[in-house]
Amino acid sequence: MSTTGTRLALALGGRLEPRPHAAPGRRRGVVGRVLAPMVVGVLLLALWQSYVALSGVREGTFPSPLEVADALVRDRSLLLSSAWTTLSEILLGYGVAIVVGIALATAVSSSRLIERAIYPWLVVSQMIPIPAIAPVVVLWTGFDIRPKLIVIALVTFFPIAVNTIDGLRATDSELVGLLRTLGAGRLDVFRIARLPNALPYVFSGLRVSAAFAVIAAVFAEWVGSTSGLGVLILDYGNQAATADVFATVFVLALIGVALFAAVGIVERLAVPWWQVEQ
Amino acid sequence: MKLAAEGLAKRFAGGVEALADVSIELAAGEFVSIVGPSGCGKSTLLAMLAGLLEPSAGRILLDGVAARDGVAARDGLLGRIGYMPQRDLLMEWRTTLQNATLGLELAGVARAAARERALAEVGRFGLAGFEDRRPSALSGGMRQRAALLRTFLAGRDMMVLDEPFGALDALTREAMREWLLGVWESDRKTILLVTHDVEEAVFLSDRVYVMSGRPGRIRTAVEVSLPRPRTLELTATPAFAELKARLLAPLREEARSALGSA
Repeated sequence: MSTTGTRLALALGGRLEPRPHAAPGRRRGVVGRVLAPMVVGVLLLALWQSYVALSGVREGTFPSPLEVADALVRDRSLLLSSAWTTLSEILLGYGVAIVVGIALATAVSSSRLIERAIYPWLVVSQMIPIPAIAPVVVLWTGFDIRPKLIVIALVTFFPIAVNTIDGLRATDSELVGLLRTLGAGRLDVFRIARLPNALPYVFSGLRVSAAFAVIAAVFAEWVGSTSGLGVLILDYGNQAATADVFATVFVLALIGVALFAAVGIVERLAVPWWQVEQ
Repeated sequence: MKLAAEGLAKRFAGGVEALADVSIELAAGEFVSIVGPSGCGKSTLLAMLAGLLEPSAGRILLDGVAARDGVAARDGLLGRIGYMPQRDLLMEWRTTLQNATLGLELAGVARAAARERALAEVGRFGLAGFEDRRPSALSGGMRQRAALLRTFLAGRDMMVLDEPFGALDALTREAMREWLLGVWESDRKTILLVTHDVEEAVFLSDRVYVMSGRPGRIRTAVEVSLPRPRTLELTATPAFAELKARLLAPLREEARSALGSA
């Protein structure tokens, strides 16, 4: 569906405007959501398979989908245990990013002074080239899960923080005035108006970050790790086991899509009013 | 006097003079309106009365007590006068009833008790059956009534309403006027209503102030001594037409000169 397409495209750009959920059309829902991407997927696979078969390219250079599927089955136990490693890194790092991102956004939006003091440094944190500092982080913390958490959190907190700040700021100032005439203090205004108003924005940030988290995890593992899907990609790459590399990438993509979808499901539960607006 | 404003003025940072020397009075239980062209500072005046804006000069007395002269007028008034802004400002993340009970909730009334008090009023406010719907499910008129219910339930005996029917179609507006009058007659709260509709002002009020714009000031005050209770049929009587004409004359003059100077 087009909204999913734009969301993905925007996600790669790093910023999403919150928008209401698409109206759940009865037939179009199922056809659009499941069937359409499936058809495209099958078409692409068929194209890929026939290219490999017709061009006679070697498996080590460019494996066919069937060879990748073969690798998936062959490597399944290693893939599964590595996926678990990477998934836990992602979930923990992402969790830290959510807490830190929302906490920072709340602080920034609570006062002009704090905003001026902190906001520039949030931006600066994104100027840090991760490849440059990742080895240093490993040097500080060792080869356990900590450097991965730090790298993933560093990459993913920013979209969450920026979108949350936007959402908290976007609260209607007349509504704030009205609440104050009804006796609301700053905390009441935050709880009653600012926070619920910011939720759709928060989820926009979460979706962007979900996509980044997977890439960040792979990178963090490349710098210093002994297990995980990122490590597996390096190992298979060194052995020129191309089909196995593709299989690993496929599992990574599955994790990314699942994370993205999970955020969407939580959003629908947490922001039910967003569907009917407009 | 329930509410008195004496020589209120407002000059915004940047030098825009929104209000100059506005004085009005409301006795307890009175229904008073202010009519004026758009941009005459009506909303600024109400925001000052609600305690959201600081007057640059003048003072506001509630129940005869000055809300601490000048400087701290804001702290003194905030939360003491019921305020209904022009837009309904209903929050989509709350049901109609949860929106209406905001004032009670902020006053610390228990959820169940607040709900009960709101439920007792939904019939009178024409919201029966929509208590647990989101605001987007309501019609324009219902949204305004929900916003009014929110103001009423906050329990202040002085209320200021900023063009509550401005966004409604003509027929709904008429019906809402008659309805509001009924509500007011049974509760007898003190209401100050701002509108740009002369007919609305005459029909509802005991007294109508006419404002002129840039900077806003009170031009005239017209007592409306038409008998109560009033129904919409009153709008067809000669007495009503005469009052309307008296109010319209200065407003038309104002509009002409505004066009002339533009």
